[in-house]
Amino acid sequence: MLELKDVSKRFGGLAAVDSVSLVLQEGRIGALIGPNGAGKTTCFGLMSGFIRPDQGQVVFCGRDITGWPAHQVSREGLVRTFQIVQPFTGQSVLENIAVGAQRRRSRGAAIAFAAEVAARVGLGEELAKPAESLPIAGRKRLELARALAAEPRLLLLDEVLAGLNPAEIAEVVPLIESIRAGGTTVLMIEHVMQAVMSLADEVWVLAHGSLIAAGTPEAVTRDPAVIEAYLGPGAAARLAQPT
Amino acid sequence: MHTPAPIGRTPAAADAPPAVVHLLGGTRRSIRLLGLIGMALACAPLVVRSEFHLTFMTLALYSTLLGSAWNILGGFGGQYSFGHAVFFGLGAYTGAILQVHAGLPAWTGLLAGSAIGGAAGAALGAISFRYGLRGSYFALVTLAMAEVFRIIANSVPFTGAGVGMMIELRSGPADLQFESRQGYYYFALALALVALAVSSWVRHSRFGAALAAVRDNEDAARALGIDATRIKVAATALSGSLMAAGGVFYLQYFHYIDPMLVFGPAVSVEALLGPIVGGLGTVLGPLIGAFALALVSQVATQALGQAPALSMALYGVILIVMVTFLPRGLGRLRLRRGRHA
Amino acid sequence: MIDSALIGAALWPALVNGLTMGAIYALIALGLTLIYGVLHIINFAHGSLLMVALYAVLVLFERLGIDPYAALVVVVPGMFGIGYVLQRFVINPARHGRDENTLLVTLGLSIVIENLASHFFKTDTRQIETAYTFMMVDLAGAVISMPRLLAFAGALASCLALAVLMRSTDLGRAIRAVAREAQGARVVGIDVDHVFAMSFAIGLACLGAAACFLLPTYYVSPQVGHGFVLIAFTVVVLGGMGSFTGSLVGGLLVGVIESLGGLLLGESLGQIGVFVIFIVILLFRPAGLFGQRT
Ligand SMILES: Nc1ncnc2c1ncn2[C@@H]1O[C@H](COP(=O)(O)OP(=O)(O)OP(=O)(O)O)[C@@H](O)[C@H]1O
Ligand SMILES: [Mg+2]
Repeated sequence: MLELKDVSKRFGGLAAVDSVSLVLQEGRIGALIGPNGAGKTTCFGLMSGFIRPDQGQVVFCGRDITGWPAHQVSREGLVRTFQIVQPFTGQSVLENIAVGAQRRRSRGAAIAFAAEVAARVGLGEELAKPAESLPIAGRKRLELARALAAEPRLLLLDEVLAGLNPAEIAEVVPLIESIRAGGTTVLMIEHVMQAVMSLADEVWVLAHGSLIAAGTPEAVTRDPAVIEAYLGPGAAARLAQPT
Repeated sequence: MHTPAPIGRTPAAADAPPAVVHLLGGTRRSIRLLGLIGMALACAPLVVRSEFHLTFMTLALYSTLLGSAWNILGGFGGQYSFGHAVFFGLGAYTGAILQVHAGLPAWTGLLAGSAIGGAAGAALGAISFRYGLRGSYFALVTLAMAEVFRIIANSVPFTGAGVGMMIELRSGPADLQFESRQGYYYFALALALVALAVSSWVRHSRFGAALAAVRDNEDAARALGIDATRIKVAATALSGSLMAAGGVFYLQYFHYIDPMLVFGPAVSVEALLGPIVGGLGTVLGPLIGAFALALVSQVATQALGQAPALSMALYGVILIVMVTFLPRGLGRLRLRRGRHA
Repeated sequence: MIDSALIGAALWPALVNGLTMGAIYALIALGLTLIYGVLHIINFAHGSLLMVALYAVLVLFERLGIDPYAALVVVVPGMFGIGYVLQRFVINPARHGRDENTLLVTLGLSIVIENLASHFFKTDTRQIETAYTFMMVDLAGAVISMPRLLAFAGALASCLALAVLMRSTDLGRAIRAVAREAQGARVVGIDVDHVFAMSFAIGLACLGAAACFLLPTYYVSPQVGHGFVLIAFTVVVLGGMGSFTGSLVGGLLVGVIESLGGLLLGESLGQIGVFVIFIVILLFRPAGLFGQRT
């Protein structure tokens, strides 16, 4: 479904993403994890056309979409959310979601469909509220709902669980599962490991712009290189030592 | 807390949430309201008999047209232009050149002027937005464009250079010149209603929703498949075409134009002031703003005597006061409170 | 070709003329770029405020017989005071966190100022005549008026003074700190609102100085600011928004371009050159010729 071939992006002297290659199969939930500043969000930017790679190719559903403008990538069915939520301020929740829904619909149909999607993500009671009046959990749901309303084939979720309390996380996790069940492939960036473990079929670990591990959640979390990336050099050895 | 509803269930109109019903009904409410306003204004000459008052209303409607034109790009699109005189002047000169040099009737000038205004809008929008110009920079570039056109009109022979152009006096509806005040009143009303109808369409259509999305968060809009550049270019074209119609009206009404009158900064200011006073990004804002400003300038003239500079200065004061204390405009005072109550 | 020979002969005087005018542009643009660099706002009323300063010089000369250069000691502090009050009590309260609001408010200010000027001074252009108005200097074949040369020197000296102020005074350091990082400056105890107002005030003080140097060889009318506002913006974008050296070089460059444009295209069409440069720079190199592209 999605393939990165040797993709790199530098910001000045910093290699934010350094020849990353990965393949995500259709119908799966993938997770991209890694410490802060590893380059995960930059990866999403590269996939979704917001950032043009310095090198490498992005292939989506067999099409080379490298260098396509963001809106065209989105129309092709690859829709991202933003880590820092980006509501249409001044517009109601319903209007926000309807923008996502109107790609293939008349305005009226988009509004009706937006209401359905809102109900599905648990925003059914907040339709008339201005987007900026929602609490953080609500804004994350809105971010998700808007992307969902665009009916993506591949949904990129950038830390939709960050800032949510455990009860809220417990509500959103089954929602993501149901999105996949509805036929949408999902790639998520997530720091909440419990959610990664329960949702992801496959995990990629990024550190300092490079992929350092890939595999099932269980395999990856046991990988010494991953432990060191998170906890510092020598951590894997220390953890392995019997105390 | 929330149970996810099964997907695929289309809410029937009856049990749809109130917010959905409200949003879906926007177009119909807007058409009804504009219909009522249009009828009331159409009947006004039956009541308003004095030439003075009819002129007042004619010029307020003409100002509504300019304000609505600016509002489509500035209010609904969030791109503030300081040089809308570009389109106005192009419309006016197109009309004048067609009549004076080609001997064509005025209505062709209205059509051609609007078309050229639209094309100029598309071109200006394309070069500006293609290169990511926004905010204050866009304002400055439009201003510079207006200056460039003013200088050109001042320098080339077929615009009459600094002398300006005068059209022949020929009255008749096909020539868009009228013997009676009523004639001009209905001409202005027709143009203003077209502009309001276009605004209403923008407010409630898919295009308008995309435009507002780009205004409120361009990145989010692009992520949802909206071609931000194209939408802004289209809004500029629409705006430019209506503004050019305003230029043609000016020509038909005053029969005389020169570079400073039609490409000068006064026109650009008049276009942006109305919507800011009445309510940016609302359908009726430019109408409310235009009438409020016309009233203020009448009162000012009566209080201060014939001192046009002082009334203009007053406009400046109003602009500062509005931006400082009522950035949402007069028109939104009531609506906003109602919506959040 | 006789034409090109004529132009060749006129080239050097045009260049000298352009440079002298360019120095004034640089000084005006320096005020604008300081305001932009620190407050990140575009002062659309810059041209009208220059006009106010020019009228101040005119009135001081006509009513009190004060020489334009002596007027520096009155006009510069006067503009400074106006700037402080305007920023603190008119421009700042209107911002509401949106740059466009500042643009609109300063547009409003310029409308008010210009129309008050038209009301009180009528719309005719006025000039002053001093003992040295018609003194001429020959610079290797380019004959140029004495006050023109003084304006060139004065404008450059003012730029230098401003540079010294910014580098070696506490105020200058505070301004630079706020320009870089307003939030951080607030944290370390700098009164940011005061520094904002001071920066705006200094920006207008530049206009005061420019007016004193300009009037002996120029004129004043209520609309005189129009020409200057777009030129000042052009200089600023050419030099890179917020860059001092950029403004200086940009100012001289624009002066020369304008002067050569006038020579080659004629007086009226020649002005276009500056605006076209302005538009092209904004579109293709918004960081300016000397700035980093972001
Ligand atoms: N537009 C940019 N310009 C310059 N540097 C950037 C830019 N965007 C990101 N970076 C840098 O690139 C690196 C990777 O950033 P990125 O946001 O992709 O990390 P991340 O893995 O998403 O981190 P987090 O978990 O904190 O969200 C960081 O060092 C960041 O500072
Ligand atoms: Mg990130």
